[in-house]
Amino acid sequence: MSTVTKHGTADPGAASTPVADLDIPERRFHHAVTDCLIIVRNEITHLIRQPVNIAWQLGFPIVSVLLFVYVFGSAMDVGGQADYKDFALPGMFAMTMAFGFMNTAVMVAITKEYGVMDRYRSMPMAPSAVVSGRGVADVISACLDLLVLAVIALAVGWRPDGSLGATLAAFGLLILLRFALIWIGVWVGLLVKNQEAAGNLFAVAFPFGMISSVFTPPSMMPDWLGAVAMWNPVSSTANAIRDLFGSPMPLGDSWIEQHALGAALVWPVVITAVFLPLAVRRFQRLSS
Amino acid sequence: MSPSRHAVLAEGLQKRYGEKRALDGFDLAVERGSVHGLLGPNGAGKTTAVRILATLLRPDGGRAEVAGHDVSRDPRAVRRRIGLTGQAAAVDEINTARQNLVMFGRLFHLDKKRAVRRSEELLEQFGLTEAADKGVKEFSGGMRRRLDLATSMILAPQVLFLDEPTTGLDPRGRNEVWEAVRSLVADGTTVLLTTQYMDEADKLADRIAVIERGRTIADDTPAALKQQIGGDQIEVVVTEPADLGTAAGAVARVAGAEPVTDEENRRVSAPVTDRVSALTEVVRTLQEERVAVEDIGLRRPTLDEVFLRLTGHRAEEPEEPEGPDGPEGQGRPEGPEETEKQGAAA
Repeated sequence: MSTVTKHGTADPGAASTPVADLDIPERRFHHAVTDCLIIVRNEITHLIRQPVNIAWQLGFPIVSVLLFVYVFGSAMDVGGQADYKDFALPGMFAMTMAFGFMNTAVMVAITKEYGVMDRYRSMPMAPSAVVSGRGVADVISACLDLLVLAVIALAVGWRPDGSLGATLAAFGLLILLRFALIWIGVWVGLLVKNQEAAGNLFAVAFPFGMISSVFTPPSMMPDWLGAVAMWNPVSSTANAIRDLFGSPMPLGDSWIEQHALGAALVWPVVITAVFLPLAVRRFQRLSS
Repeated sequence: MSPSRHAVLAEGLQKRYGEKRALDGFDLAVERGSVHGLLGPNGAGKTTAVRILATLLRPDGGRAEVAGHDVSRDPRAVRRRIGLTGQAAAVDEINTARQNLVMFGRLFHLDKKRAVRRSEELLEQFGLTEAADKGVKEFSGGMRRRLDLATSMILAPQVLFLDEPTTGLDPRGRNEVWEAVRSLVADGTTVLLTTQYMDEADKLADRIAVIERGRTIADDTPAALKQQIGGDQIEVVVTEPADLGTAAGAVARVAGAEPVTDEENRRVSAPVTDRVSALTEVVRTLQEERVAVEDIGLRRPTLDEVFLRLTGHRAEEPEEPEGPDGPEGQGRPEGPEETEKQGAAA
């Protein structure tokens, strides 16, 4: 019984077509790493093809820096004799990292919306690479963001006064915060329907970034709001890096503010511990 | 009938979203090397079926084998043997066609050299060589879909799933995709193609399965199916409503079934099997009877008519898109919304 089709028989000319090496056992761990790197590379290609995107992403923090330093700066008194620059610029670094999860969420939502997620999932690649590749790429782009912001900060006269080690540690804490928030971004990006919905999250992200010690010390806010701002993970990172940059701010005597450095380490670990499993579970539930 | 004859075999597949049964005992057998059309209206369960067969969704019940491997027990083995082209052109928008093919080739675990060589071959095969270094954003809908198809073909899969590959494309884009599919099939790939268009299924498929409410209600060759549903339709529009009776009589003599009279539009229609002689006969009779005719012609049955003949009722549009909506939604809706999105992306 032969199979009759209306399209004729196979064309022998297709000999060079690669076919999956079906007999070779899969090297799962090896592929989890290599597939992740391929996706990272793809994301970096995006950056190279659309460098203007970095400018867009950094537009808000850059404009804020200029506004706060030159427009409001002279009117801002955060206590002590410190220059407002030394208060606001590290805050800006932390806020940029905090808002970064929006990019993650939007990118994940786009991958899902345009069917690329389905393509990945129907391929013999390592499923984990879809998420890990996103994470690594986002950390790399966060480093770029920080580099650009630091250059601008130096240009407007900001100087880190701590040791080199302390300065590097401060940037490390910033990246740690961004890393932890990737998992919220992935989780949210898988949760929302499309990229517009992901973009609308700015309404949530904005107060999360602002109700913090980024621009003003929580001690100057109404008590209840100040308490929220104090416990905001973004505040812990901002306070810790101010300390490391050698311009500590006069802080309230609350426990969380007294332990900013510890909190800047613990918060990201807690966020990762909660949202990494949530993101993975959400990813697995794509097939239910 | 040994199972090895079949590239795709589904038995009693079940999938539910809350109260709604997207698949309700879905059966399908696709012979190796053939093109099988899966024809049905929006929300009938076509996309759900393809997503289960392509290992994107887990069925609630029943079983399915693709290229000899169980989709639930061994999804990885299935993934190494299939290609999928969904309703959205699943390619990277920002990068170029070449970058897309090389990246996906690498993700299929080709080494760099082979991935590059394969991308060249596919660009050539799908007529994209000239556009190879343009960003996909600048592509037309048809080009995008061809790139999508090319991506699905990187490993020359044994089974290729095409989920409404021409939805949202203009006639030219549609022809481009059909040409591409024909050349793949000539190379021996088994294709399962979902469509809402009878003529698309007719043009491409060796067999057509008709799906309604998650169940296969017919599965036959296009010729046999058309025989069953009466093939083409002859349609006569008369100038004077008074002539409708005469026209219906003339049509009845050549038709395989009772003609349907639409008084409002002064139209009589009926299925016919022998197209040309039926048309000639009706024209001659109407001339003899001196009936003024506004329009006369033959056309393919619409999906609606196929359903009318097979089930006795019209194809139902679902009230809600298939699958849950909102933030909990994981099943891709198969409703009108999908089409809209397609339009926007194309």
